[in-house]
Amino acid sequence: MSKRNPEYDFKWCPGCGDFGVKRAVEAALTDRAATLSQPIENSVIVAGIGCSGNLVHLQEGPQPFGIHGIHGRTLPIAYGLKSSRPDLNVLIVSGDGDFLSIGAEHIGPQAKRNIDVTAIIMDNGVYGLTKGQASPTTEIEVITSTTPYGKLDDPSRPLETYLAAGVSFLASTLSTQVKAMQQLITEAMEYPGFSIVHVQSPCTTYNDNYAALKGNEKEGILPMAYPIEEGHDAGDIDAAYRLARDSRIPVGIIYKREDSIPAHERLDLARERTGATQKSVEELFQTMAI
Amino acid sequence: MSNNLVVRFAGEGGQGVVGGSEILAAAAAAVGYHILTFSTFPSQIKGGPAWGQARISTEEILSSGDELDVLVALNQYAYDHNVEELSSTGFVVYNSEEFELDDPRAIGLPADQMARDAGNPRAANMIVIGAVAQLADFPLGYLEEFVTKRFSRGRPGDEQIIEGNIKALHMGAEAAKELGMSLDSLESPKSIEGERILIKGFEAACLGAIAAGLDSFIGYPISPATTMLVYMESNLHGSDKFVGQASSEIESIASLIGAGFSGKKVMTSTAGPGLSLMGEGLGLAWMAEIPLVVANIQRGGPATGLPTKTEQSDLIVAINPGHGDMSVPVIAPGTIEEAFWAAADAVNWAERYQGPVILLSEASIAERQQDILKPDMSKLVVENRSVSDGSEGNERYKGDAVSPFPVPGGPGAYVANGSEHDEQGDTTHLPDVHIRMTERRFKKLELLMDGHYEAENTDSSIALLPWGSSKGPTYAAFQSLRSKGEDIAWYYTMYLNPLPTALLDELLSKDLVLVPELSYLGQLAQILRAKGIKAEPITQYTGLPFKENVLEARITEIVQERAGRMLVS
Repeated sequence: MSKRNPEYDFKWCPGCGDFGVKRAVEAALTDRAATLSQPIENSVIVAGIGCSGNLVHLQEGPQPFGIHGIHGRTLPIAYGLKSSRPDLNVLIVSGDGDFLSIGAEHIGPQAKRNIDVTAIIMDNGVYGLTKGQASPTTEIEVITSTTPYGKLDDPSRPLETYLAAGVSFLASTLSTQVKAMQQLITEAMEYPGFSIVHVQSPCTTYNDNYAALKGNEKEGILPMAYPIEEGHDAGDIDAAYRLARDSRIPVGIIYKREDSIPAHERLDLARERTGATQKSVEELFQTMAI
Repeated sequence: MSNNLVVRFAGEGGQGVVGGSEILAAAAAAVGYHILTFSTFPSQIKGGPAWGQARISTEEILSSGDELDVLVALNQYAYDHNVEELSSTGFVVYNSEEFELDDPRAIGLPADQMARDAGNPRAANMIVIGAVAQLADFPLGYLEEFVTKRFSRGRPGDEQIIEGNIKALHMGAEAAKELGMSLDSLESPKSIEGERILIKGFEAACLGAIAAGLDSFIGYPISPATTMLVYMESNLHGSDKFVGQASSEIESIASLIGAGFSGKKVMTSTAGPGLSLMGEGLGLAWMAEIPLVVANIQRGGPATGLPTKTEQSDLIVAINPGHGDMSVPVIAPGTIEEAFWAAADAVNWAERYQGPVILLSEASIAERQQDILKPDMSKLVVENRSVSDGSEGNERYKGDAVSPFPVPGGPGAYVANGSEHDEQGDTTHLPDVHIRMTERRFKKLELLMDGHYEAENTDSSIALLPWGSSKGPTYAAFQSLRSKGEDIAWYYTMYLNPLPTALLDELLSKDLVLVPELSYLGQLAQILRAKGIKAEPITQYTGLPFKENVLEARITEIVQERAGRMLVS
């Protein structure tokens, strides 16, 4: 909402990967509203704390609803929101610190519930907003302000973590590929179940790895990121694990569970099966009559 | 003749001591007595010292009772640890297969063998209840009627079970009769006007919230608040309703914020440790102005504390559950009827001022079973938040108090923000905006200061002001003191934050306000003193409720000591 609000005082650093994600989200939400002939107000962005979460305030053009909560809790906020209002389109924007460190405990439960929301994770491998501490995805031996001897912990492997947690739809992409990212976000939002789009979104101030992701042919540096080959069967969990365990960054759809029934539909089915209906308070009192 | 009977079944968890007291109470309620049950047990599935107590009376019951008329002891430990509460005219009924007692007031029954002889090995409780009924001269016909009703379920074998249970009742009664002991006989019940129901505190709270239009309930199991989650899972069913079990209290409060933001009326239940975990989330609800209700059922604390015992030590944390400048509204019911109305009010308050509300109850109220008049639904008021029609654009936080709430899907898209924010929800660090928005959030509390309160004998300069479950025993003590000519005032409200303005004014004029409360700190007294009221707590921190006679003695002591001091000066 910054365009309409000159006093809004948050800014991303020049070159931040999150700019690309912002543009992809704007385009995907606007397109969705047009395609489905729904107001954009049917979409809600649930934002985490960190540089990435500020995306919710920086949306340009038609404005969706937003909720910018507390550190690490995007997933449970989205769980309550979507469970109470299955008619809404719920999008999470979060980062590697917010989602994979303080918020990691919520990934498993939401994956098992299969809540029908899409999480876009901007992974910059560092705590940016607090100025350069090690995050779960910071590589081992990297020196940061909290790892003066080099990071001692093994880095988290988010793609593998998501699959192990039971996420139904998983895509991986780069912040520089805005158009492709928009397509992945659209597909993830259309998918009935819990979907994650994990984005390599470099931090130009504390962890500028654009060159590593892109590679440099002249210097003989292989790009870290590579497109997933066309023959990949996204319905095959073993094939998905092979991609997720690769030391490089696969780009594209890694996994797409075929028999996904999202949480709110499971509840509807259970209601149909049991025939449970709401009794009035008066009827409930009658069960207690002396 | 007596108008009151207190029976305690004491033994180990899993032996049916709570069930025994509830069956006796339910049978008494069915024939027109007032009843109130109380139970206490350790935090384990089976075993450990446990007891259940039934108070049966021809009069309205204010507390679980002082002295025991009958102690049913299922083992030596149960006898040793409960017999000192036995009245001088009371009796002990014990299981003579377990242990032997040398006490002239004790009646030993080989209950298990007798139950087998009656043809129903599971009827040992009925043997004991039969003996208790005989001692109190409580007509067996009442119990027969109850047993017949309870086990007429249309299943094969019902008749046999009924017959076995009735036989067991008579065998217990006969055995007690042979010993020739008897309490004062219990007066016949008076006829009670109106439709009565037998209800537990947690059920009343759940029904109050449902009556006020609750849409979503998300909770995490924790004693003694699990019962609410379980009740909601079984009873909040509509196609637009949602009940879920979260993975932690952090998930509960965060998911509730999402649900409240979506436009729904939402609630969770928890207890001390869970409330501590919800602190940051409650701050977000306060800051982003999200209506929601947290039912906090107090137990002994801190940390894991006394998970199954009762205490009133969460008042301060309920008002200030998290860091920063906030003051969360708190409603604390003192009776089961009030639990219904308090829950409805909590949902209404959340809608009215658009923020989090704590329904603060206690183990002893949540688990208590009591006969009450069915709440008069014609008195129910259902409030709904004012909803944005889009005329404010995206300025959701406009103005110096409550403003229309934009519902996702409708007009007025904004960002509900836990960071300090401007009118449209964008983050800001500007001092003047922080001042304006802080004052806005506190000003909203003014909408909640019109709560009802009770007041009696208000000319006295010394007042009693209990809260929560201490209301009943304090009122009994108050009545007794008044009947003895003591000049003392009575005040009570379930609206603890913000306190009704008119009540505050009255309390400020008193020389002494005595606050009976179940904690070491005396938290309401602390809060009142901070407001300039001369409040002193009367504390107890045993994990058990106040007894009427103990409270009366302590009030008398303080009042007399004070009178003495005033004479000297």
